[in-house]
Amino acid sequence: MTVIVNGQQHELADGAMLTDVVTRLTASVRGVAVALNGSVVPRGEWASTTLTDTDQIEVLTAVQGG
Amino acid sequence: MDDPFVLAGETFTSRLIMGTGGIPSLDVLDGALAASGAEITTVAMRRLDPAAPGSILDVLARRGVRVLPNTAGCYTAADAVLTAQLAREALETTWVKLEVIADEHTLLPDPIELLDAAERLVNQGFLVLPYTNDDPVLARRLEQVGCVAVMPLGSPIGSGLGIRNPHNIELIVERAGVPVILDAGIGTASDAALAMELGCDGVLLASAVTRAQHPTQMAEAMRKAVEAGRLARLAGRIPVRRYAKASSPTDR
Repeated sequence: MTVIVNGQQHELADGAMLTDVVTRLTASVRGVAVALNGSVVPRGEWASTTLTDTDQIEVLTAVQGG
Repeated sequence: MDDPFVLAGETFTSRLIMGTGGIPSLDVLDGALAASGAEITTVAMRRLDPAAPGSILDVLARRGVRVLPNTAGCYTAADAVLTAQLAREALETTWVKLEVIADEHTLLPDPIELLDAAERLVNQGFLVLPYTNDDPVLARRLEQVGCVAVMPLGSPIGSGLGIRNPHNIELIVERAGVPVILDAGIGTASDAALAMELGCDGVLLASAVTRAQHPTQMAEAMRKAVEAGRLARLAGRIPVRRYAKASSPTDR
Protein backbone atom coordinates (compact mmCIF):
# COMPACT_ATOMS: atom_id res chain seq x y z
CA MET A 1 0.00 0.00 0.00
CA THR A 2 1.00 3.60 -0.44
CA VAL A 3 0.72 6.21 2.30
CA ILE A 4 1.69 9.88 2.32
CA VAL A 5 4.16 10.82 5.07
CA ASN A 6 4.91 14.53 5.43
CA GLY A 7 3.86 15.06 1.84
CA GLN A 8 5.91 12.20 0.36
CA GLN A 9 4.77 8.80 -0.86
CA HIS A 10 5.94 5.77 1.11
CA GLU A 11 5.45 2.13 0.17
CA LEU A 12 4.52 -0.04 3.13
CA ALA A 13 3.66 -3.70 3.57
CA ASP A 14 -0.01 -4.41 4.17
CA GLY A 15 -0.80 -4.40 7.87
CA ALA A 16 1.89 -1.84 8.71
CA MET A 17 1.38 0.14 11.89
CA LEU A 18 1.69 3.85 12.49
CA THR A 19 4.67 3.24 14.74
CA ASP A 20 6.55 1.70 11.76
CA VAL A 21 6.34 5.00 9.90
CA VAL A 22 7.56 7.03 12.87
CA THR A 23 10.54 4.80 13.65
CA ARG A 24 11.51 4.86 9.98
CA LEU A 25 11.89 8.65 10.26
CA THR A 26 13.58 8.97 13.63
CA ALA A 27 15.18 6.87 16.33
CA SER A 28 14.15 9.28 19.08
CA VAL A 29 10.44 9.90 19.44
CA ARG A 30 10.84 12.46 22.21
CA GLY A 31 9.18 15.71 21.19
CA VAL A 32 7.41 14.08 18.24
CA ALA A 33 3.68 14.11 17.50
CA VAL A 34 1.69 12.42 14.78
CA ALA A 35 -1.52 13.25 12.96
CA LEU A 36 -3.33 10.64 10.88
CA ASN A 37 -5.74 12.05 8.32
CA GLY A 38 -5.97 15.32 10.22
CA SER A 39 -6.40 13.97 13.75
CA VAL A 40 -3.80 13.60 16.47
CA VAL A 41 -2.93 10.03 17.41
CA PRO A 42 -1.58 9.84 20.98
CA ARG A 43 1.83 8.21 21.30
CA GLY A 44 0.36 5.28 23.22
CA GLU A 45 -1.78 4.35 20.22
CA TRP A 46 0.90 4.38 17.50
CA ALA A 47 1.66 0.69 17.91
CA SER A 48 -1.99 -0.34 17.71
CA THR A 49 -3.01 1.89 14.80
CA THR A 50 -3.15 -0.04 11.53
CA LEU A 51 -2.54 1.97 8.38
CA THR A 52 -4.57 1.71 5.21
CA ASP A 53 -3.85 2.67 1.61
CA THR A 54 -3.78 6.46 0.90
CA ASP A 55 -3.52 7.40 4.59
CA GLN A 56 -2.12 10.90 5.13
CA ILE A 57 0.38 11.04 7.99
CA GLU A 58 2.06 14.10 9.43
CA VAL A 59 5.02 13.62 11.78
CA LEU A 60 5.97 16.84 13.53
CA THR A 61 8.54 18.01 16.03
CA ALA A 62 9.65 21.22 17.69
CA VAL A 63 11.98 23.47 15.71
CA GLN A 64 13.21 27.04 16.06
CA GLY A 65 10.60 29.60 15.11
CA GLY A 66 7.92 31.96 16.32
CA MET B 1 13.26 43.69 44.93
CA ASP B 2 10.67 40.93 45.13
CA ASP B 3 8.62 41.24 41.96
CA PRO B 4 7.56 37.80 40.75
CA PHE B 5 6.00 37.37 37.33
CA VAL B 6 2.97 35.09 37.63
CA LEU B 7 1.83 33.59 34.36
CA ALA B 8 -0.85 30.91 34.11
CA GLY B 9 -0.42 30.11 37.79
CA GLU B 10 3.34 29.70 37.60
CA THR B 11 5.89 32.09 39.01
CA PHE B 12 8.89 33.36 37.11
CA THR B 13 11.71 35.78 37.87
CA SER B 14 12.45 36.90 34.32
CA ARG B 15 9.91 38.95 32.38
CA LEU B 16 11.68 38.37 29.09
CA ILE B 17 10.45 35.52 26.90
CA MET B 18 12.76 34.50 24.08
CA GLY B 19 11.60 33.36 20.69
CA THR B 20 13.90 31.19 18.64
CA GLY B 21 13.05 32.18 15.06
CA GLY B 22 16.01 33.32 13.01
CA ILE B 23 18.72 31.97 15.29
CA PRO B 24 21.77 31.04 13.18
CA SER B 25 22.70 27.93 15.18
CA LEU B 26 21.87 26.01 18.33
CA ASP B 27 25.18 27.16 19.86
CA VAL B 28 24.24 30.80 19.35
CA LEU B 29 20.81 30.09 20.83
CA ASP B 30 22.42 28.55 23.89
CA GLY B 31 24.59 31.62 24.47
CA ALA B 32 21.77 34.06 23.83
CA LEU B 33 19.44 32.20 26.17
CA ALA B 34 21.99 32.30 28.95
CA ALA B 35 22.61 36.02 28.46
CA SER B 36 18.89 36.84 28.26
CA GLY B 37 18.04 35.17 31.56
CA ALA B 38 14.80 34.00 29.91
CA GLU B 39 12.92 31.22 31.69
CA ILE B 40 10.41 30.65 28.90
CA THR B 41 11.17 30.03 25.24
CA THR B 42 8.83 29.55 22.34
CA VAL B 43 9.31 26.96 19.57
CA ALA B 44 7.45 26.14 16.36
CA MET B 45 6.09 22.79 15.22
CA ARG B 46 7.22 21.55 11.80
CA ARG B 47 7.50 18.35 9.81
CA LEU B 48 10.24 16.15 11.21
CA ASP B 49 13.41 16.34 9.12
CA PRO B 50 15.45 13.16 9.62
CA ALA B 51 18.58 15.03 8.47
CA ALA B 52 18.26 17.90 10.99
CA PRO B 53 21.38 18.18 13.18
CA GLY B 54 20.62 18.12 16.92
CA SER B 55 17.38 19.07 18.60
CA ILE B 56 16.42 22.46 19.91
CA LEU B 57 14.73 20.63 22.78
CA ASP B 58 18.10 19.39 24.03
CA VAL B 59 19.38 22.97 24.28
CA LEU B 60 16.26 24.14 26.09
CA ALA B 61 16.31 21.20 28.49
CA ARG B 62 19.95 21.88 29.31
CA ARG B 63 19.09 25.51 30.10
CA GLY B 64 16.08 24.45 32.14
CA VAL B 65 13.74 26.83 30.34
CA ARG B 66 10.04 26.19 29.96
CA VAL B 67 9.02 25.37 26.41
CA LEU B 68 6.09 27.35 25.03
CA PRO B 69 5.03 25.82 21.71
CA ASN B 70 3.52 28.16 19.15
CA THR B 71 1.29 27.82 16.14
CA ALA B 72 3.45 29.98 13.86
CA GLY B 73 2.59 29.53 10.21
CA CYS B 74 -1.11 28.81 10.76
CA TYR B 75 -3.63 30.82 8.72
CA THR B 76 -6.90 29.33 9.97
CA ALA B 77 -8.41 28.44 13.33
CA ALA B 78 -8.64 24.79 12.27
CA ASP B 79 -4.93 24.70 11.41
CA ALA B 80 -3.97 26.38 14.67
CA VAL B 81 -6.10 24.04 16.77
CA LEU B 82 -4.56 20.94 15.16
CA THR B 83 -1.05 22.36 15.56
CA ALA B 84 -1.72 23.13 19.23
CA GLN B 85 -3.00 19.60 19.76
CA LEU B 86 0.12 18.17 18.13
CA ALA B 87 2.32 20.42 20.25
CA ARG B 88 0.55 19.29 23.41
CA GLU B 89 1.16 15.68 22.45
CA ALA B 90 4.79 16.24 21.44
CA LEU B 91 5.88 18.48 24.28
CA GLU B 92 3.51 17.42 27.04
CA THR B 93 2.32 20.91 27.85
CA THR B 94 -1.06 22.58 27.67
CA TRP B 95 0.57 25.98 27.18
CA VAL B 96 0.34 27.39 23.68
CA LYS B 97 1.33 30.64 22.07
CA LEU B 98 -1.55 31.01 19.65
CA GLU B 99 -0.61 32.60 16.37
CA VAL B 100 -3.06 32.81 13.48
CA ILE B 101 -1.78 35.10 10.78
CA ALA B 102 -3.70 36.71 7.94
CA ASP B 103 -1.09 36.81 5.21
CA GLU B 104 2.62 36.23 4.76
CA HIS B 105 3.35 39.80 3.75
CA THR B 106 2.34 41.52 7.02
CA LEU B 107 2.19 38.45 9.30
CA LEU B 108 -0.52 40.37 11.17
CA PRO B 109 -2.95 38.32 13.25
CA ASP B 110 -6.29 37.45 11.67
CA PRO B 111 -8.61 38.58 14.47
CA ILE B 112 -11.61 36.48 13.41
CA GLU B 113 -9.69 33.21 13.16
CA LEU B 114 -7.65 34.06 16.27
CA LEU B 115 -10.65 34.55 18.53
CA ASP B 116 -12.29 31.41 17.15
CA ALA B 117 -9.15 29.33 17.75
CA ALA B 118 -8.63 30.80 21.21
CA GLU B 119 -12.13 29.89 22.30
CA ARG B 120 -11.85 26.34 20.95
CA LEU B 121 -8.47 25.75 22.60
CA VAL B 122 -9.60 27.15 25.96
CA ASN B 123 -12.57 24.77 25.81
CA GLN B 124 -10.13 21.90 25.21
CA GLY B 125 -8.18 22.77 28.35
CA PHE B 126 -5.29 24.67 26.81
CA LEU B 127 -3.62 27.62 28.53
CA VAL B 128 -3.76 30.04 25.64
CA LEU B 129 -1.38 32.99 25.14
CA PRO B 130 -2.56 34.68 21.96
CA TYR B 131 -0.38 36.82 19.73
CA THR B 132 -2.80 39.61 18.91
CA ASN B 133 -3.14 43.01 17.29
CA ASP B 134 -2.61 46.15 19.37
CA ASP B 135 -6.38 46.41 19.58
CA PRO B 136 -7.82 46.93 23.08
CA VAL B 137 -11.21 45.53 22.03
CA LEU B 138 -9.79 42.30 20.65
CA ALA B 139 -7.52 41.96 23.69
CA ARG B 140 -10.58 42.24 25.92
CA ARG B 141 -12.46 39.64 23.87
CA LEU B 142 -9.54 37.22 24.07
CA GLU B 143 -9.46 37.62 27.84
CA GLN B 144 -13.22 37.07 28.00
CA VAL B 145 -12.99 33.71 26.21
CA GLY B 146 -10.46 32.58 28.81
CA CYS B 147 -6.95 33.31 27.54
CA VAL B 148 -4.38 33.36 30.36
CA ALA B 149 -2.51 36.33 28.86
CA VAL B 150 -2.75 38.65 25.89
CA MET B 151 0.25 39.36 23.69
CA PRO B 152 -0.25 42.45 21.55
CA LEU B 153 2.24 43.32 18.85
CA GLY B 154 4.29 46.49 18.96
CA SER B 155 4.65 46.35 15.17
CA PRO B 156 4.85 43.56 12.57
CA ILE B 157 6.92 40.45 13.32
CA GLY B 158 10.59 40.90 12.54
CA SER B 159 10.14 44.53 11.49
CA GLY B 160 12.09 46.06 14.38
CA LEU B 161 9.76 49.06 14.14
CA GLY B 162 9.24 49.13 17.90
CA ILE B 163 5.95 50.12 19.49
CA ARG B 164 3.97 52.06 16.87
CA ASN B 165 0.90 52.71 19.01
CA PRO B 166 1.96 53.14 22.64
CA HIS B 167 -1.43 54.58 23.50
CA ASN B 168 -3.21 51.37 22.49
CA ILE B 169 -0.74 49.30 24.49
CA GLU B 170 -1.50 51.48 27.54
CA LEU B 171 -5.22 51.01 26.98
CA ILE B 172 -4.79 47.23 26.77
CA VAL B 173 -2.75 47.26 29.99
CA GLU B 174 -5.28 49.46 31.82
CA ARG B 175 -8.20 47.18 31.06
CA ALA B 176 -6.52 43.77 31.24
CA GLY B 177 -7.10 41.34 34.08
CA VAL B 178 -4.47 38.94 32.72
CA PRO B 179 -0.77 39.55 32.04
CA VAL B 180 0.01 41.64 28.95
CA ILE B 181 3.12 40.57 27.07
CA LEU B 182 4.41 42.78 24.27
CA ASP B 183 5.06 40.39 21.41
CA ALA B 184 6.66 41.33 18.09
CA GLY B 185 8.24 44.42 16.65
CA ILE B 186 10.97 45.01 19.21
CA GLY B 187 14.09 46.31 17.45
CA THR B 188 16.43 47.30 20.22
CA ALA B 189 16.72 47.66 23.98
CA SER B 190 14.83 50.96 24.29
CA ASP B 191 11.76 49.34 22.66
CA ALA B 192 11.74 46.62 25.31
CA ALA B 193 12.19 49.17 28.09
CA LEU B 194 9.31 51.24 26.69
CA ALA B 195 7.02 48.21 26.67
CA MET B 196 7.66 47.71 30.37
CA GLU B 197 7.32 51.43 31.14
CA LEU B 198 3.91 51.35 29.46
CA GLY B 199 2.90 48.71 31.98
CA CYS B 200 3.34 45.47 30.10
CA ASP B 201 4.03 42.48 32.35
CA GLY B 202 6.58 41.01 29.99
CA VAL B 203 8.20 41.13 26.58
CA LEU B 204 8.51 38.37 23.99
CA LEU B 205 11.11 38.90 21.29
CA ALA B 206 13.13 36.84 18.84
CA SER B 207 14.47 38.62 15.76
CA ALA B 208 15.87 41.56 17.71
CA VAL B 209 18.29 39.11 19.33
CA THR B 210 18.58 36.25 16.86
CA ARG B 211 19.27 38.51 13.88
CA ALA B 212 21.42 41.05 15.74
CA GLN B 213 25.05 41.21 14.69
CA HIS B 214 25.98 39.97 18.15
CA PRO B 215 23.05 37.97 19.53
CA THR B 216 24.54 37.30 22.96
CA GLN B 217 25.26 40.98 23.59
CA MET B 218 21.80 41.96 22.43
CA ALA B 219 20.25 39.29 24.66
CA GLU B 220 22.02 40.83 27.65
CA ALA B 221 20.86 44.30 26.56
CA MET B 222 17.28 43.05 26.40
CA ARG B 223 17.49 41.48 29.84
CA LYS B 224 18.69 44.77 31.32
CA ALA B 225 16.16 46.81 29.32
CA VAL B 226 13.23 44.72 30.55
CA GLU B 227 14.49 44.99 34.12
CA ALA B 228 15.07 48.74 33.81
CA GLY B 229 11.67 49.34 32.23
CA ARG B 230 9.93 47.32 34.90
CA LEU B 231 11.74 49.19 37.69
CA ALA B 232 10.88 52.54 36.13
CA ARG B 233 7.22 51.55 35.84
CA LEU B 234 7.09 50.56 39.52
CA ALA B 235 9.10 53.61 40.59
CA GLY B 236 6.50 56.00 39.19
CA ARG B 237 7.91 58.45 36.70
CA ILE B 238 7.62 62.22 37.07
CA PRO B 239 4.83 63.92 35.14
CA VAL B 240 5.72 65.40 31.79
CA ARG B 241 5.80 69.24 32.00
CA ARG B 242 5.62 71.85 29.33
CA TYR B 243 8.19 74.14 30.97
CA ALA B 244 11.24 73.73 33.13
CA LYS B 245 11.13 73.04 36.84
CA ALA B 246 14.32 73.96 38.63
CA SER B 247 16.05 71.02 40.22
CA SER B 248 18.36 73.11 42.43
CA PRO B 249 17.23 75.47 45.24
CA THR B 250 16.19 78.88 43.91
CA ASP B 251 16.69 80.89 47.15
CA ARG B 252 20.03 82.62 47.63
